[in-house]
Amino acid sequence: MTNVAVNSVNVLGPSGSQKFMRRIVPLIALAVVLAVIPFFGPSRTVYSLMSAMGVNIVFAMSYNMLLGRAGLLSFGHAVYFGLGGYAAVHAMGAIEAASYGEGGFWASYPVFFLPVIGFAGGALAGAIIGWPSCRRAGTPFAMISLGVAELIAAAGFMFGSIFGGEEGISGDRMNGPELFGLSLGPIDEVYWFIAFWTFIGVLGTYAFTRTPLGKMSEATRDNPERVEFVGYDPQKVRYLVFIFSGGFAGLAGGMAAVNYEIFTPEALSLVPSGMVLLMAYIGGIRYFAGPIMGAVLLTYMQSMMSDYSEAWLLYLGLLFIAIVMFAPGGLAGIVVGLFNGLRGEGAGENFRRWSVQIAGIVLIMIGLITLVEVSVHWSNNYGEVFEPFGMHLPHDGVLTWAVIFIPFVAGVGILRMAHKNKEGQA
Amino acid sequence: METIVFSLLNGVIYGLLLFMLSSGLTLIFSMMGVLNFAHASFYMLGAYFAYTISEASSFWLALVFAPILVGLVGALVEKYGLRTVHVNGHVAELLFTFGLAYLIDEVVKIVWGRNAVDYRVPELLDFPLFELFGAQYPAYRIFTLFVALAMLAALWFILNRTRAGLIIQAALSHPHMVGHLGHNVPRIFMTVFGVGCALAGLAGVIGGNYLVTDPAMAVQMGPIVFVVVVVGGLGSLMGAFLAAMLLGLLQTFAVAIDARFADIFGWLGLSEATELGSITIASLAPMIPFLMLVLILMVRPRGLLGDREL
Amino acid sequence: MSIPALSINNLHKSFGPAHIIRGVTLDIEPGERHAIIGPNGAGKSTLFNLISGGYHPSKGSIKLRGEEIGGMKPFRINRMGLSRSFQVSNIFSNMTVRENVRCGVLYSMGYGYGFWRNVGNLHDVQRKTAEILESVDLLDKANLPAALLPYADQRTLEIAITIAGGADVIMLDEPTAGMSHSETERAVALIKQATEGKTLLIVEHDMGVVFNLADRISVLVYGEIIATGKPTEIRGNEKVREAYLGDEADAIEGDAA
Repeated sequence: MTNVAVNSVNVLGPSGSQKFMRRIVPLIALAVVLAVIPFFGPSRTVYSLMSAMGVNIVFAMSYNMLLGRAGLLSFGHAVYFGLGGYAAVHAMGAIEAASYGEGGFWASYPVFFLPVIGFAGGALAGAIIGWPSCRRAGTPFAMISLGVAELIAAAGFMFGSIFGGEEGISGDRMNGPELFGLSLGPIDEVYWFIAFWTFIGVLGTYAFTRTPLGKMSEATRDNPERVEFVGYDPQKVRYLVFIFSGGFAGLAGGMAAVNYEIFTPEALSLVPSGMVLLMAYIGGIRYFAGPIMGAVLLTYMQSMMSDYSEAWLLYLGLLFIAIVMFAPGGLAGIVVGLFNGLRGEGAGENFRRWSVQIAGIVLIMIGLITLVEVSVHWSNNYGEVFEPFGMHLPHDGVLTWAVIFIPFVAGVGILRMAHKNKEGQA
Repeated sequence: METIVFSLLNGVIYGLLLFMLSSGLTLIFSMMGVLNFAHASFYMLGAYFAYTISEASSFWLALVFAPILVGLVGALVEKYGLRTVHVNGHVAELLFTFGLAYLIDEVVKIVWGRNAVDYRVPELLDFPLFELFGAQYPAYRIFTLFVALAMLAALWFILNRTRAGLIIQAALSHPHMVGHLGHNVPRIFMTVFGVGCALAGLAGVIGGNYLVTDPAMAVQMGPIVFVVVVVGGLGSLMGAFLAAMLLGLLQTFAVAIDARFADIFGWLGLSEATELGSITIASLAPMIPFLMLVLILMVRPRGLLGDREL
Repeated sequence: MSIPALSINNLHKSFGPAHIIRGVTLDIEPGERHAIIGPNGAGKSTLFNLISGGYHPSKGSIKLRGEEIGGMKPFRINRMGLSRSFQVSNIFSNMTVRENVRCGVLYSMGYGYGFWRNVGNLHDVQRKTAEILESVDLLDKANLPAALLPYADQRTLEIAITIAGGADVIMLDEPTAGMSHSETERAVALIKQATEGKTLLIVEHDMGVVFNLADRISVLVYGEIIATGKPTEIRGNEKVREAYLGDEADAIEGDAA
């Protein structure tokens, strides 16, 4: 029997080449993408967008260690991002002081490695706050995270010497020893810094999922009772995951500290905490790449759409609700579903159904967007009118309401029909 | 002395307002397990609806119709939104209401603008009712007190003296039992959700002009409502009442106390010149609810009077 | 006489006014296969939960190889070498069969809460996992999601997770519930083989399984053990016959295999 078992080890699990395809190739792809971007000669705007994306990717990945992998819904994850970031900003100040003063430890500490300080700060905060928080999962955890976030955010405005009050604390990244020949002054040099740490962050959160603790965190999410009967303390599993998650959030905070050279108490508040929740969930919490997609999309929306439309937060809310209601797998879930559906048998049938559905969704979107934009223009009271594609759509025009209702109703009708057809077949 | 009397009065009124705002959520949370993040958004809608109605007609019509409208919106949200999400579990429901709160915030900003609207106390009640220690006390606050007490009485009557109330009471402590009694569970849920939202709406009608009606009011009140429900305990309206009063009084008194940390901890050598010593008790008032929330979840997860843990 | 593998002394458990376990005393020798039978509501599941750490005893003691475990957290009891299965399949349904068993193996092999090792590189864990899958005949289904397994295989997986940690006291809660006749036979053979040399405590309704498997049987009625003895002694016991009615009594009296 033992012989068979030993041989069968090789049968178990994915083969070497499968592992390579599934685990190594995506990471290499990420590294290549990160490395290639500068060769397209991006503008300053694009560079700063990319840097913001990098920060948010790591932040969202750290959040998903909790929500996706450990099943812990937190409303206060920005606390660890912020505290890590503040640790890094203060360290940046110490580097600056040391480089003008007598030296010491900080004089030889490169700014490039500030995210390490951020990691330590976030992990330390997680270690302190986590123990009472992680006793139970579910709603109690969510509520404690909310309470703690409110308390820390309030304290942030109260202790000016640490958090700098309303103006926050700023620093200068062009001090201390240079690494890899990067002065971190110009924005393209900052990009390399961000790209490096984004890769480290993604690699680190990925590696974590492969460890015994990472595996047991998923087991604890699915069945905390059973976990107790295989020798694990679910509370301790959650707690350790919480510390790591805080650490990676702090790492993102450290990246942000170097990127923006300033941190304000706002960074600790419920607003960024809510944002990271949206990023992870819209991207898809059950897929490793989900939060990356969510972070990229939302950062893009945040910086680009807010130029086009004041109502971008409304669109974001609509997108989020649509995902919660109709696509709990998030964007990654949709992509995986499309990919699988178009490969196997029934691909033609799937393709037809999806084309119809997409047509329905587009129609609904036309109606909704028109409604929102017309409302926003009306609400501004400047007398401006929404004029897409040369159409003139005042809030009291018949054409306006036709453009709103006809596509919307048609879209809903199409989706219902597609849904019924599918059920009829099943 | 006068500080104490005024703080007591204001604290009780604020506490009653909090209870009015939270009682609906206690019902919803206990029966359906949904910790509705958008509950305070319905409170905000109540205030804005009341503003619009009273602009067009009168405050008294608003007092009746604004809560009904809010209740209808709530029922629709339950029927077409929450019910779809329900199959995916409580976290999905919580997230749905989280998104909904976002959405209502933005819609309010578009429809009524980003600044506070001029939702005023009705003229009929805009006079000082009595004078105490040389300070005047506005009649509207006493009106608020009476509306809250009337709501309390009505709620008590419905829950204890009507058949529907008895079903709701049974469902509060044994949510899984309702189905076995042969009742239409989805309809009960929709009704409870609608009524809960209407109560929040009523709080908005009364609180909107007592406090201020602006798009930030939901975000400010939202977490505090959670505190009341969680601290009060699952399944217990009485607990929510106690928690609301406690919170109302604590916050009001904290604001009224003119002291700094240094005054209290001076014997430990804490000087007023230090950062910690210069913190005033009043500035801690907004933190009190969350301190209570975290402490109660750590020490007594079932809340003050809850019959089961969260 | 050696120290009993499991020694329960005057154990009581009340839930409010309901006195469910009323003074259970029971010694189980190392290597013994002991079955607990009794009518519905006798307190068998409560007793199981008390021993495995799910509940706190109201009174009395539970000793595992001489060490008190009453009221300890389940994970501590598990680490001391006592493992249990559940009446309702209690597996990690989002994981594959292999990952399920691996969850059962990890702690016992000393990897605990490690965050510096890649589970894919833990060859001893993989070997152990493969051995266990082999021994319960699930090797060919190793990479299937556990949720997609047929019911009987899920029950088998439940047992596999239970024995995976190498505990020497195994408690199985109705392992054959809901299985067909042939599935039950296979399950019994598997249990016999998988618990070879270990102490087994089993709750079971199927009298065929009980009389086939157990060295000794205890009968639990209304929270008290009314009889303990070899299968033949239990069959002849007047009190046991009184406690059971109808079909079940026939099953005890008749040749139950």
